[in-house]
Amino acid sequence: MKHILKILVNNHPGVMSHVSGLFTRRSYNIDSIAVGVTQDPEISNMVIVVKGDDSVVEQVKRQLLKLPDVIEVEDLAYHDCISRELVLVVVKVEDSNRTEIISICEVFQAKIADLTKTTMTVEFSGNTRQVEHFLEMMQKYGIQEIARTGQIALKYRST
Amino acid sequence: MPKTEAKISGARLMVELLEEYGVDIVFGYPGGAILPFYDELYKSTKIKHILVRHEQGAIHMAEGYARSTGKLGVCIATSGPGATNLVTGLTDAKLDSVPILAITGQVATNAIGTDAFQEADIYGITIPITKYNALIKSADDIARHFQEATLVALGGRPGPVLLDFPKDVQTELTSVRKVDKLKIDSRHYQKPPIGGDLDSFAAALNKAKRPLLYVGGGAINANASKEIKELAEKGNIPVTTTLMGIGAFPGTHQLSVGMLGMHGTAYANKAVLECDYILNLGARFDDRVAKPGEFAENAIRAHIDIDTAEFNKRVSVDYLLHGDLKEVLKALIPKVNKVDRPEWVGFLDTLKKNHPLEFDDSTDTIKPQGFLQKLYEKSKGKAIVSTDVGQHQMWAAQYFLFEEANRWLTSGGLGTMGYGLPAAIGAKFGNPNKTVICVSGDGSIQMNIQELATIAMYKKGVKILIFNNNFLGMVRQWQELFYEERFSESEWNYNPDFVKLGEAYSIKGLRISNKSEIDKALEFFLEDDDARILEVMIPAEEKVFPMIPAGKSQKDMIEFSDTVRAGKK
Ligand SMILES: Cc1ncc(C[n+]2csc(CCOP(=O)(O)OP(=O)(O)O)c2C)c(N)n1
Repeated sequence: MKHILKILVNNHPGVMSHVSGLFTRRSYNIDSIAVGVTQDPEISNMVIVVKGDDSVVEQVKRQLLKLPDVIEVEDLAYHDCISRELVLVVVKVEDSNRTEIISICEVFQAKIADLTKTTMTVEFSGNTRQVEHFLEMMQKYGIQEIARTGQIALKYRST
Repeated sequence: MPKTEAKISGARLMVELLEEYGVDIVFGYPGGAILPFYDELYKSTKIKHILVRHEQGAIHMAEGYARSTGKLGVCIATSGPGATNLVTGLTDAKLDSVPILAITGQVATNAIGTDAFQEADIYGITIPITKYNALIKSADDIARHFQEATLVALGGRPGPVLLDFPKDVQTELTSVRKVDKLKIDSRHYQKPPIGGDLDSFAAALNKAKRPLLYVGGGAINANASKEIKELAEKGNIPVTTTLMGIGAFPGTHQLSVGMLGMHGTAYANKAVLECDYILNLGARFDDRVAKPGEFAENAIRAHIDIDTAEFNKRVSVDYLLHGDLKEVLKALIPKVNKVDRPEWVGFLDTLKKNHPLEFDDSTDTIKPQGFLQKLYEKSKGKAIVSTDVGQHQMWAAQYFLFEEANRWLTSGGLGTMGYGLPAAIGAKFGNPNKTVICVSGDGSIQMNIQELATIAMYKKGVKILIFNNNFLGMVRQWQELFYEERFSESEWNYNPDFVKLGEAYSIKGLRISNKSEIDKALEFFLEDDDARILEVMIPAEEKVFPMIPAGKSQKDMIEFSDTVRAGKK
């Protein structure tokens, strides 16, 4: 089962090691981790995506709350949060398929960030499923490089 | 505008903060990166510094001091090798929830990260083994870090904290002596409100026919002995303790069934099997006690703890209450029915009679169990006992009973050989008027034997009992029982002459090997308040029983009588 943990932490150096250390201690594989500062410059928001059974994630959550630099931990369920991931992908292009790739990007509302005679760098953001799906579509043309940010997430405010 | 105070050095400030906090004793070892601090310590009239012989000794002394007094234990080390020598002690304190403040020197801030001489990233190294740690980057931050560190060390579930103190920050001038605002949340040091439903919790307990209290080290940290006794007596509920919980409930009380777990008493382990309700008070269902899925499987399980991360961690429970144990019990006791349970208490009394702690005492050789029985009788109720790790530790846990908390010092969670001697020294510093006995083995004692010098230098009357079996006894026991007697690297036929070694430090000693010598030896051992070494030669084959093999449950307990029956004695 996948969990999206939203963790508010003090914006100190070393906090990241404290937090990720708790996961490595349980030999947990972190799918993705994304950190950014919040509206309060003293506080950062970490979003960690992990796979694991509920009881163990619950354990990690409680352990996290014992860290003095951790302010809040929330386990966001997929259906009640907006999650996004940004990916930059470089695909090979040939004269013959350039328009085809561009039209796929249009459908996905992906942005073309850079273009050369042989490559195209595309920027796409969406939830994990959309990102996976988009990359799948690009696969066919030959992916040369990928950079992903990992997921960020916020709860839906509307009900 | 705040009135500007005169500037003082970071090192001066650290010493003043320790003084203001009430620290009057610290254990440590100097070195280049902590010299400015030592220079200020030199000028302090309020803080006594105990110079040890190894930093591991310093931190275990701080642990022994903290656990026997209930106060914060403080230790000091220099950067690099000094700091890394604290690692075992910090881990020990983390697992046993001991409040320790470690202050380490660090290379100057501009050299950090350059592999400078005697540099180690002790901040990084100790992340998983401290409750809180910080690298102090500016003298202006000292006051805040100090306050946060001490609050965290003692607050909630206690534990070790470390402040890494770069040399230039020690000399940097600052006027920030007080903190306006702590950065850590108050939940890390304030007592939490009681969480959970007291009424249904109490109702389940009141329904139980055969309830059992299972008391851990958390009960000692919460100072909850009085309430536990009240609860036990009101409901006539028998009490078993973990290795760490020894002393939280009077060992001689009629309702006490002693220690449970791997080497617990047969009656405690049988009580676990027979009870229909088990109430965990500040214990953690440790793997030496509880096998998930099989522990007290027929009982309703309930748990009270200050650390929510302990709930349902290894063993799932039916009822839980979160909070400071003392406060929770105070709220719970009025809701608990006053009941006599003659059948259940009588049943356990019979168990105690039929399954006592046993050993074969028919020869002239000294049996450690019998020896400890006598030592216990002679020092009854008065001594503080520390142990190392091994068979001697388990025998001491079985044969010493304690009326009070904070008198039993042992490395429970980490099982650290080398803990006993320095812990005893620390306890003696904290309790100069009490008899302090270190029970050790010929293996363990050699892990921090250099601290005999600390005993000699400060004339501390620590009593050191060494059970010599020329073996790493506990390792041998496992090899005998589970590895077909292949004694791989557990035997040694070379020990120093411990008595002569003591003499080298002006500590009087005696070695005995015959039962007839016991009484005189004990007299010699306890006669005055001077340090003593008593080396007791014991048979290598002697084993600790009962025993629950690792990973097994209460049902698989082997008793001494089973081995006799199997002709294996
Ligand atoms: C630092 C450390 N190293 C290794 C061990 C593993 N160990 C546990 S008990 C034991 C034997 C202890 O021998 P001794 O101190 O002579 O005590 P005895 O069991 O003979 O009473 C060993 C090696 C340990 N607990 N701690």
